[in-house]
Amino acid sequence: MGELIKVGMADYKVGSNPASLISYGLGSCIGIAIFDSVTKAGGLAHIMLPDSTQARPSENPAKFADTCLPLMIEDLQKLGAAKSRLKAKIAGGAQMFAFANVSDIMRIGERNAEAVRAVLKRLGIAILAEDTGGNYGRTVELMLETGIFRIKTIDQGERSL
Amino acid sequence: MSEEVTNLTDIQLDALKEIGNVGAGNAATALSQIINRKIDMTVPQVAIMPLGDVPDVVGGPEVMVAGVFLRVFGPAPGSILFLLPRESAFYLVDTLMGRSALGVTKTLDDMDQSALLEIGNILAGAYLNALSYFTKFTLLPSIPALAMDMAGAILSVILTQLGQMGDHALVIETEFSTDNDGVKGHFFLIPDPGSLGTILQAIGVKE
Repeated sequence: MGELIKVGMADYKVGSNPASLISYGLGSCIGIAIFDSVTKAGGLAHIMLPDSTQARPSENPAKFADTCLPLMIEDLQKLGAAKSRLKAKIAGGAQMFAFANVSDIMRIGERNAEAVRAVLKRLGIAILAEDTGGNYGRTVELMLETGIFRIKTIDQGERSL
Repeated sequence: MSEEVTNLTDIQLDALKEIGNVGAGNAATALSQIINRKIDMTVPQVAIMPLGDVPDVVGGPEVMVAGVFLRVFGPAPGSILFLLPRESAFYLVDTLMGRSALGVTKTLDDMDQSALLEIGNILAGAYLNALSYFTKFTLLPSIPALAMDMAGAILSVILTQLGQMGDHALVIETEFSTDNDGVKGHFFLIPDPGSLGTILQAIGVKE
C-alpha cells in the first residue's frame, strides 16, 4: 500500500503506482480519474463547476471541468503517461436536496456530468465507466496499482469501477 | 481583485457579525423553547475562507451530518444551512418526539424527518427575522429540504453557487450546544454573490 494522496475540492493531483488518490465527500462535484494502464500513472480531479466561461475569472483553474482536465493531462504526460493510452472514469454529480421546482442552481450536478463528458470527448479520452447522479454523497479513490476507481457511499454501499 | 468578500473592512465584518449574533440568538431561543432545554451558542464567526476549507468547520468533508437547507428569497437572496452531526440529529428527534429513552433512534422515519425539517424552518425564520430587522428587507425562506450524508457533499450545494463568483466563501456561522446531552449544530448563512453588497448598503456600512 503506497502513499494516499488527498485531493481537495476544486483541486487535482497526479501520482504513480503504488500511490492512491482520494477525494472525500463529493456531492454535486465530479471526481474524474484518468489512468494510463501501462505506466500506471494517474490523476484525480475534483471539479465544482462545468464551465469557466460562464463564471467570473478565477485564480484556480482546477475549479472548472474545461480548464482543469487539460492541465491534469499535461501533468500526467510529465509523469510519462501517453495521452493515447489515457482512459477516464467519473463519479459524482449528485443532487443532494430535492426541490419541487428544480432551478439551474440545483441541477448543477447533472450539468457538471454533461460538461465533463463533453470535455473528455474533446480531449479524445474515452470514459470506461461512470457512476453519476442520485441524491447521495460519494468518496472516491483511484488506486494506481490497478486503475480501479472505488466509490464509497453512506447508505448506497461501495462499488468499484 | 474580482471578489468582493476578500475586500471587506473591519467595520463591515463587525456589522455582519452583529447580524449573525442577533439572528443566531433568536434561533437559539426558539430551539430552546421547542426542546425545553438551555442552549448555549458561540459568538458567531464571520470568516472568509477558501471554498475547499468550509467543510473543515464541521469536522471535515467525510463527517456524517444531517443538513436542512433553505433558500432565502427577497432583495438579498442567499442560502441557509443548518448542519447537525448525525448523532445530534437522532438525539434532537428523540427529544422532540418525546421518546422515553434518548438515543433509541438509529434511522429517521417520515415523521422524524418532518420534525427535523420543521426545526430547520423555525430556526431559519427566527434568523431571517433579525436580518430583515437590520436591513428592512422582506426576506422569505423557501420550504426546507433535508439530507443525511457526508458534510462535504451537503456543503457542495452552496459552495458551487459561490464558486461561480469567486474562490472564497463568506461564512456567518454559529455553533449551538445543549449543556449536558451533546446536541450540537452549526448554522450557516451564506449570502448569494451580489447580495452581500445589497446587505451592506441596507445596514449603512457600504464603502
